[in-house]
Amino acid sequence: MSEMPLTRREWLLSERPATRRQARLGRAYIGWLRFSANRLALIGLFIILAFLLIAALAGVLATHSPYIGDLAGARLLPPGPDHWLGTDDLGRDIYSRILYGSRWTLYVVVLVAIIAAPIGLAVGTVAGYAGGWIDAVLMRITDIFLAFPKLVLALAFVAALGPGIENAIIAIAITSWPPYARIARAETLTVRNSDYIKAVQLMGASPLRIVVRHIMPLCLSSLIVRVTLDMAGIILTAAGLGFLGLGAQPPLPEWGAMIASGRRFVLDQWWVAGVPGFAILIVSLGFNLLGDGLRDALDPRSGDQ
Amino acid sequence: MSAALAVQGLDVVFDRFRALKGVNLAVQPGESFGLVGESGSGKSTLLRAIAGLAPAAAGTISINGKQLGHRRDKAFYRQIQMVFQDPYGSLHPRQTVDRLLQEPLAIHGIGDGERRIAQALDEVGLGSGFRFRYPHQLSGGQRQRVAIARALILEPSILLLDEPTSALDASVQAEVLNLLEEVRNARGLTFLMVSHDLAVITHMCGRLMVMQDGEAVEQLAAADLVSRKVAQDYTRRLLTASDGFVRSL
Amino acid sequence: MSDKASTLLEVEDLRVTFPTRTGAVEAVRGVSFSLGRERLGVVGESGSGKSQTGRAIMGLTPPQAEVSAKRLAFDGIDLLSAPPATRRALRGGRIAMILQDPKYSLDPVMTIGRQIVETLRTHEKVSKAEARERALDMLAAVQIRDPGRVFDLHPHEVSGGMGQRAMIAMMLIADPELLIADEPTSALDVTVQLDVLAILDELVSERGMGLIFISHDLRLVSSFCDRVVVMYAGKVVEQLKASELHKAQHPYTRGLLDCMPRIGSDRHPLPVLQRKAEWAA
Repeated sequence: MSEMPLTRREWLLSERPATRRQARLGRAYIGWLRFSANRLALIGLFIILAFLLIAALAGVLATHSPYIGDLAGARLLPPGPDHWLGTDDLGRDIYSRILYGSRWTLYVVVLVAIIAAPIGLAVGTVAGYAGGWIDAVLMRITDIFLAFPKLVLALAFVAALGPGIENAIIAIAITSWPPYARIARAETLTVRNSDYIKAVQLMGASPLRIVVRHIMPLCLSSLIVRVTLDMAGIILTAAGLGFLGLGAQPPLPEWGAMIASGRRFVLDQWWVAGVPGFAILIVSLGFNLLGDGLRDALDPRSGDQ
Repeated sequence: MSAALAVQGLDVVFDRFRALKGVNLAVQPGESFGLVGESGSGKSTLLRAIAGLAPAAAGTISINGKQLGHRRDKAFYRQIQMVFQDPYGSLHPRQTVDRLLQEPLAIHGIGDGERRIAQALDEVGLGSGFRFRYPHQLSGGQRQRVAIARALILEPSILLLDEPTSALDASVQAEVLNLLEEVRNARGLTFLMVSHDLAVITHMCGRLMVMQDGEAVEQLAAADLVSRKVAQDYTRRLLTASDGFVRSL
Repeated sequence: MSDKASTLLEVEDLRVTFPTRTGAVEAVRGVSFSLGRERLGVVGESGSGKSQTGRAIMGLTPPQAEVSAKRLAFDGIDLLSAPPATRRALRGGRIAMILQDPKYSLDPVMTIGRQIVETLRTHEKVSKAEARERALDMLAAVQIRDPGRVFDLHPHEVSGGMGQRAMIAMMLIADPELLIADEPTSALDVTVQLDVLAILDELVSERGMGLIFISHDLRLVSSFCDRVVVMYAGKVVEQLKASELHKAQHPYTRGLLDCMPRIGSDRHPLPVLQRKAEWAA
């Protein structure tokens, strides 16, 4: 370039991007600027990044085995130099179990999001765009799922499928897509009659193409926000199922199951149930703060002019 | 010789409300035809019915002598394209100009996208500097130019224009009207243009139809309108109104 | 003393500044004019600051924006230093404003009649029966044929033209001395537009009001107003008598007049406005 070289910031914020890549990166950068202006959101992001890191490095960070305890000499020890967060009734190191447990929590959250969000998005956008009887049928099905309390429905599914963490994931996913479908449908209804959708129809695009390429991207940001905010709820539902003995089975170090097994000692040895409870609290909070920040950064209604 | 666009006895009904009542229209190839009327006159509905965006309850629509069925096929969209009124609502807010122009090519499986997009942008006077911008980085006039480029990229022979300049400032309107005339001359396009502004219609069109309450009031040549040779009172009223305010005293 | 000499509104060096992420943006940059009991048109394209000028006089500038002026006085009252209570009393009482779309400025859940009565009763101590009486008279004055029926209708039950008349009735009920009309007829059909303007015209001349008519439509303004202020990029580029618009000096005004298609003039292509950087300087 013969002109003055741009700083990276100017290049990103340019009103006249020269390439596809620059346009995309510029847009992402503006989103990041908006997101990072919110300090709480940054804290949320930090918590989630730390959570991911812990899950990845659990094997390195752990001081003991999460499964094998010292039944003879280390039952229900309070936090101390040997066992930083104490031990449980089987003499297992709680610190190590929490680290390994983060993997299970992450596993649950990611799988539920991957299953539930696309189902909700597909059902909602198709119902909203097609209208008529397709809309009626899809939305009544959604209503049926919404009519039951989430945990009760998940319980019923797990009871039918049999206990276990995979089944718990399936059950939670099945119960959490309806709100996403509602959101996606509402968004679709607001854009389906807009001129830019009409313009694509006038190009001869098939309904499938319109839904997938033009409507879904518009629903995506509100859906991502909602899913992030729901992460906390998913963790809690998984923990609830674990607590009731229908989720992860012993000896898996899943946080909900850990609380369940610690509840017998909650008055005398608080750390057995308290530490996993605190872990759930922190991660849920992290997802909530992140979701709030994403809402400000992604919401198409704010700031896009 | 068959008309580029012929409409016969067209009825459009929305929830028992008859928005169009038996409208007839014939536009010759290469002609620029105007539709004038006030809100609720059915002029935009007629345009949308031709484009297949509003359901026809009765009557026929033919393009180049071929009668259209209930469903429009892909070939239809390569013959007719449309430019909408509101430049802020007719471009997808999350797509760059590049993506917007790529879409029609992708739908119709037309290759050579790079060249066509660059050429389309040049034709509407935007140049490649605008190619990777998002709609919110463009002014109203620039957006309307993008919309025109999008309509032209499939190389249609008929362009439907739904109040293409009524949301624009007067100075920008002049630029867009000039651009439309330029592309019409260069490509020998047939225009069907809706406007509430008689001055715009007489400037752009050779013939026009005045509409009121879903019916055609009269059809006349723009030259007759200019020399005030009109048959109907309603047309005369519109004509007087477009002269501006006259203090009665 | 002639009508024009009694100054109703004085505006000197009015500035409206909006803070944005990239720094302050001045929407109005030093506008000055004065108004007697006359019809003044304020013309400009979008972004010229014409609407913000009207809003600043009315005191309806968004809270994050900053308004300053050497002088902004209505009938001798300095508007910028006046306490909020005084401004509220002026607003809707002695100064009224009509907006472009009645759909957004009338309360959708209240009948038209009640809105007019409420407006009157906030500014004058009158009995309910008398207020109703005056509201019906006012509806008749804006040429609504069946005032008794329209009185009990909700805004969504009337047409755009009728809604705008109701809006005018509501704004004029308290007998304001200054009326600011921001694109009052742009959302209406041409034939309805002229009816509404005729009503506005009659009321203004009958009651001796001052009128600020804000519009993008140079032709309409020149046929309706006594005097025209042309704005560009937040500044007044030219002030002139409406009847002498064809003698406009400034290239922007001339360009704006020129670029509109006219019935009976065959100009292909239309002359295009060539914007010059120095106009905005």
